[in-house]
Amino acid sequence: MPLNLKPNFAEPGKRYFRAYTPGDDFYEALIETHRDLSDEQSAMVNAKLVLLLANHIGDMSVLREAMKLAREGV
Amino acid sequence: MLSTYRYPKYEYVPPPELKGGIVRHPVVIVGAGPVGLAAAIELAQSGVPVVLLDDDDTVSIGSRGVCYAKRALEVLDRIGIGDACVSKGVSWNVGRTFFRDEEVYNFNLLPQPDHKRPGMINLQQYYLEEFGINRARELPNVDLRFMNKVVSVNAEGKFAKIMVETPDGPYTIEADWLIVADGARSSIRRMMNLEIEGKIFMDRFLIADVVMKADFPAERWFWFDPPFHPGQSVLLHRQADNVYRIDFQLGWQADPEEEKKPENVIPRIKAMLGDDREFELEWVSVYTFQCRRMQQFRHGRVLFVGDAAHQVSPFGARGANSGIQDTDNLCWKLKLVLDGKAPDSLLDTYSEERVFAADENILNSTRSTDFITPKSKTSLTFRNAVLALARDHAFARALVNSGRLSVPSFLTGSSLNTPDTAEFTGDMLPGAPMDDAPVREKVANRWLLDYVGNRFVALVYVADPAAVDPAQVAVFKGLAEEPVPVEVILVSPKAGAAPEGLHALEDYAGRFAERYDAKFGTAYLIRPDQHVAGRWRAFDAGRVRAALARATGNA
Repeated sequence: MPLNLKPNFAEPGKRYFRAYTPGDDFYEALIETHRDLSDEQSAMVNAKLVLLLANHIGDMSVLREAMKLAREGV
Repeated sequence: MLSTYRYPKYEYVPPPELKGGIVRHPVVIVGAGPVGLAAAIELAQSGVPVVLLDDDDTVSIGSRGVCYAKRALEVLDRIGIGDACVSKGVSWNVGRTFFRDEEVYNFNLLPQPDHKRPGMINLQQYYLEEFGINRARELPNVDLRFMNKVVSVNAEGKFAKIMVETPDGPYTIEADWLIVADGARSSIRRMMNLEIEGKIFMDRFLIADVVMKADFPAERWFWFDPPFHPGQSVLLHRQADNVYRIDFQLGWQADPEEEKKPENVIPRIKAMLGDDREFELEWVSVYTFQCRRMQQFRHGRVLFVGDAAHQVSPFGARGANSGIQDTDNLCWKLKLVLDGKAPDSLLDTYSEERVFAADENILNSTRSTDFITPKSKTSLTFRNAVLALARDHAFARALVNSGRLSVPSFLTGSSLNTPDTAEFTGDMLPGAPMDDAPVREKVANRWLLDYVGNRFVALVYVADPAAVDPAQVAVFKGLAEEPVPVEVILVSPKAGAAPEGLHALEDYAGRFAERYDAKFGTAYLIRPDQHVAGRWRAFDAGRVRAALARATGNA
């Protein structure tokens, strides 16, 4: 399966009436994860987060594609 | 300053109570802003006499609340000022978001066709208030009193006792019900020692109203980190009379007094517009904001509405829009209670439903603010990563949050709803704010929402209005004779003569059938505020009566 670049956030069983809500739910949770952390601590949390999600995805072709896109323009 | 608008000055008339005697009124409303006016007009239209007190003698100074959403316009239609607002205002649906000098995202507030009202209009607040005051003055049962300032409230008993100061001295009036619409710094809230809790955001914004000839499209433009105002955000809205609202994020360190000076404002605008465009500065203000609400909006005989009850950040235009929806939720309930047709516990559901809506507004506007004003380096990095990815990738565009604009709440958890007993697709479930649809009556093209509201209505979808069995018609008409009447309106894909005494609407574009998942026999019970109360696959008068009892707190 290629890297999914379409909106893909959802919570099973939850009904959404506005298209932006699931993405905003995720984004808030992401920012909340970093609350009260120093920049260094946040960098560590981000690194661990990438590793956890990468393992969950597992598919190397998807991960290579994501890593390539993430580097673009930086 | 303020060259495009002449402020009306309303006459102060000495109130009769100054001569002595205390009069008890069914409803007194404090604050003749957009929300207090909406409450006064809606109640007066339903036959309730109201006294509306305001401590000033003109409308809002400066443009202030600018964006009025489709849902608020639908309420304004029902109080008779929708057309005035829409024809004066600038209608728009499209918002564009720029990151540095590139457009990264745009949205359309009204992706569905076939609605009467646009997603949003921009209109200076003073126009809305002026139209509201004009409308209120047409109604004989609105007693609108300018230069009447409330100085104390005692609402511990079965009515509220209100002391009012006027240029001719003080007087006292009593109210069975007091509606408080005196704004974010509500003095009545303070007099009653009621808390309002939430958070303040550490940021300042400069708003400037600029008059200029420009051919910018009627769209909302939002910039993150633009070259003309690096590191901050800027928002541009077009209003009536060639007035443009420009909103510059300044940061917490900015000095509000310094920033307001024309010699500091003008260069910011020049940098944005380019040096050669002529413009005039009409009004400037620097603001901060809070997101907070009262625990409950009902305190015995006192009902808080609008900014007095809840406040949000301006990103999303969820302030005045939600206040107008507060009064729309409140007024029909209060009318039923005043008429003795519902217990006063129905007013607790005003608080429940509008607290739910306020929480949704606070949640969305807080999220927008956190995106626009990141609180940490990591948060800023994520924000800029989203904006960088948004140019090429749809998933990131959906995360760009420059304001989630005011939309009505789906009151799906309300105790007034009758739960579904049959399968339906689509979003028009119990508690939903109604979708509009184009309809035709006889030969005239009209809108569904113009037929519902201000009373309970049952929409019944039939194959042919001319072929409805007379016995069934008698049952329909019987519902209109109930203590709380329900008017049955037939909707049909087919044009046909309506049975005498009933309206029949032709769903000529098929939108009703589509949006309400209607099949022949489908019936919807609609509240006076155009929310769905219940729905069935077959009309049954007993079930409609039961749902009506539930929706009016009589179950």
